[in-house]
Amino acid sequence: MTHSEQPAKIQRRQRKVEDPKARHRRHEAMEAVKMLDNLRHNFANPPTSMTYFYDLFERVYCQGEKIHTGKPMVGTLCIQIPYEVIYALDAVPVRLCNGFHTDEQSGGEFMPAKSCSLVKATLGMLKQRDIPAVDKLDFMIHPTTCDQKTKAISLIEEMEYEVYHMEFPRVKESEESREYWRRTVRKFTKDLSRSLGRKITRKKLKEAITRVGKAQVAYHRLNELRKLDPVPILGKDVFLITNAFFFDEIERWTQKVHAVCDEVERRAREGFNAAGKRSPRILYTGSPPIFPNLKLPYMIEQADGVIVADESCSANRLFNDMVSVDEWFLYDMVDAVADRYLKGCTCPIFTKNDDRKRRLAELAEQYNVDGVVYQSFAGCQVYEMEQRSIQQEMERLGIPMLYVETDYSPGQGGQLSTRIEAFIESLKVRKRRQNHSKEEA
Amino acid sequence: MNRLLEKIQRADIRKFRFWIQLFFFVLFVYGGYLAVDLGREMPIFSCGYDHEAGGMCYFMPLQHQLARPWDRLFSMASLGVLTAFLTFLAWFVIFNKAWCGYACPLGTIQDWMTALRKRLRIPYSSYSRESFTKLKKIKYIFLAIVVIFPLLLGAGLLGGEWRGAFCKMCPGRLITPMFVGDFSQWTIDFSNKTAIFLTAFGIAFTVLFFVGSFVKKRFFCFFCPMSAMHYIFSPFALLRLKKEGDKCTKCGDCYRVCDMQIWDIADDVTSKNILRDDCILCLKCVAACPEEDALHLDIVNMALFRSTKGGFAKRMGFEEGDNR
Repeated sequence: MTHSEQPAKIQRRQRKVEDPKARHRRHEAMEAVKMLDNLRHNFANPPTSMTYFYDLFERVYCQGEKIHTGKPMVGTLCIQIPYEVIYALDAVPVRLCNGFHTDEQSGGEFMPAKSCSLVKATLGMLKQRDIPAVDKLDFMIHPTTCDQKTKAISLIEEMEYEVYHMEFPRVKESEESREYWRRTVRKFTKDLSRSLGRKITRKKLKEAITRVGKAQVAYHRLNELRKLDPVPILGKDVFLITNAFFFDEIERWTQKVHAVCDEVERRAREGFNAAGKRSPRILYTGSPPIFPNLKLPYMIEQADGVIVADESCSANRLFNDMVSVDEWFLYDMVDAVADRYLKGCTCPIFTKNDDRKRRLAELAEQYNVDGVVYQSFAGCQVYEMEQRSIQQEMERLGIPMLYVETDYSPGQGGQLSTRIEAFIESLKVRKRRQNHSKEEA
Repeated sequence: MNRLLEKIQRADIRKFRFWIQLFFFVLFVYGGYLAVDLGREMPIFSCGYDHEAGGMCYFMPLQHQLARPWDRLFSMASLGVLTAFLTFLAWFVIFNKAWCGYACPLGTIQDWMTALRKRLRIPYSSYSRESFTKLKKIKYIFLAIVVIFPLLLGAGLLGGEWRGAFCKMCPGRLITPMFVGDFSQWTIDFSNKTAIFLTAFGIAFTVLFFVGSFVKKRFFCFFCPMSAMHYIFSPFALLRLKKEGDKCTKCGDCYRVCDMQIWDIADDVTSKNILRDDCILCLKCVAACPEEDALHLDIVNMALFRSTKGGFAKRMGFEEGDNR
């Protein structure tokens, strides 16, 4: 009996059974809509130039629009995959690190109970074969960064994806590791070029380095504005902007960031304050907030804090260090690109975390920070383990730090927001006291 | 003033350096034709065997002066030795090791060899860190030959054939005269065994100079005793290369453009004075540093050239309107 031959009553009932894929997509869209609405409407006076980014997230995450077509799509699983090389080969890099609770749940079946939300969510997304912003993935590249990502690769391969392995060292101080990583990147360049059937040329790589460099310069320009007091832009908007870099067309992204900078600069000249009168300035560090899991930045800024700086791989770490080339030929450019992704990286997977401590100290000073919020995804061992040393470093600097372990579940909300509110409140009291004693002196 | 400094921060250091180097090259190699004579105490390898030199390398007179008998050396008669040394020091303290990166004719020739290699699109080679740390010591051995051999000569412990031993070994003696058409130094002196050895070494070293600097940036400078001598007196210099470790992200951009492969420039975040014995103060590191103020060149505590985000972006072609 075919579908149409069934009695009307049965047909009606069958229609109610939703296709799991559609259901999954609907849940994701619900999540995305909710977060986006919160970020967009629950704060006064967002810059009008942010509309581009709000709409971009709306299109990509809520309506499922695919914004790239035609070019080969290269999925990346960490920030260490050289964007410059991918762009030079006229392909589009798409960062696959995912922030959906829906995906976290469906990816949970592959991983131990106490493991990283991000890895689980990425697995869940790949299992559904529904990648935001792109309709297909031609390649997937992963560097051997943290254990969970590395081990997740075989699971991804079992889902019948082809994954290219990039060997990444866990020590970055030595000459050996530098050479090792350079070799990895050289090999990757050759292999990707062969797979795509395209030759990498000096001119193309130079253009790609420039394109990425310009994007970084735009990001740095935006960050300079966050140093101001009063701060003219909220952290949640900056997180959206940096998140958009995961999938947006890079030149348009750069242009739009400059547009935001222009507007925010104008506002700053008029003395505009994006936050409250006494909002404590927060430095955010730890596991990356990735849309729609921006609940922590959202909570912080709802509680009258303002995130003025961050140290995470979804923002600062993604843009901070720049390529510098001595001789503009392929032999030097490829190595220069490689160095960018290893030497300055403050990822917690490395043996030592001195650089991360120094980066945080420098950010705290430059951005005149009142407190630090350190998020670790429950089960992300490297961040959990580094928490202690960062805490000590912050104590040394006299900057209060709040450590929170989270996952992607929205249910955590109440308890978490109470802690955040209390922390922000304590920072305010502290600031008031400090100002008081300064006045007295 | 501030606007001028701003301009300097954004300068294209390569072009600037190329012209300065050319100027000094002409001055020191062809100065004689222009009736320029800056004396015999120059802190660079501008060899006195070039009869048209506009200023002479201090090592030739130094070796000569130190080789006088000890009773004369340590008497008032040697006041001249002291004044010569002070003149050398006076020249040196002005520019510090920038003499190497901007004025030394041998350095400039090496940079031209690098330019030639680049034109042929041949990758440069570099030392492993292990061989680097071993090789860099050689310059102190040469410095010992410059300073101690003449003293031993004066004490009568070495024979006269060792007079000016380093000059006989030095590629500068063969190279700079070549530029005024004098190839007479390309000979082996067969008068005695020592001379044969020293002059043959000189020729071999000169060949190595050209081959080496073609494959390895500033190949000779690793072995240069003048560089070692500079380093000893660099604490008194007016120009200083400084680093703010807190601002450094250890990204290694400076290290990767460094012709001399100085590891500390990127990885040492505690020293304020970051000038190392191999440094030629070419300032490529400052130009390549993307962090605001992490590296700067000071003249008596005033930052003359410092690393800035804007300057970096400008030099790399990363600025908003750039379309290169």
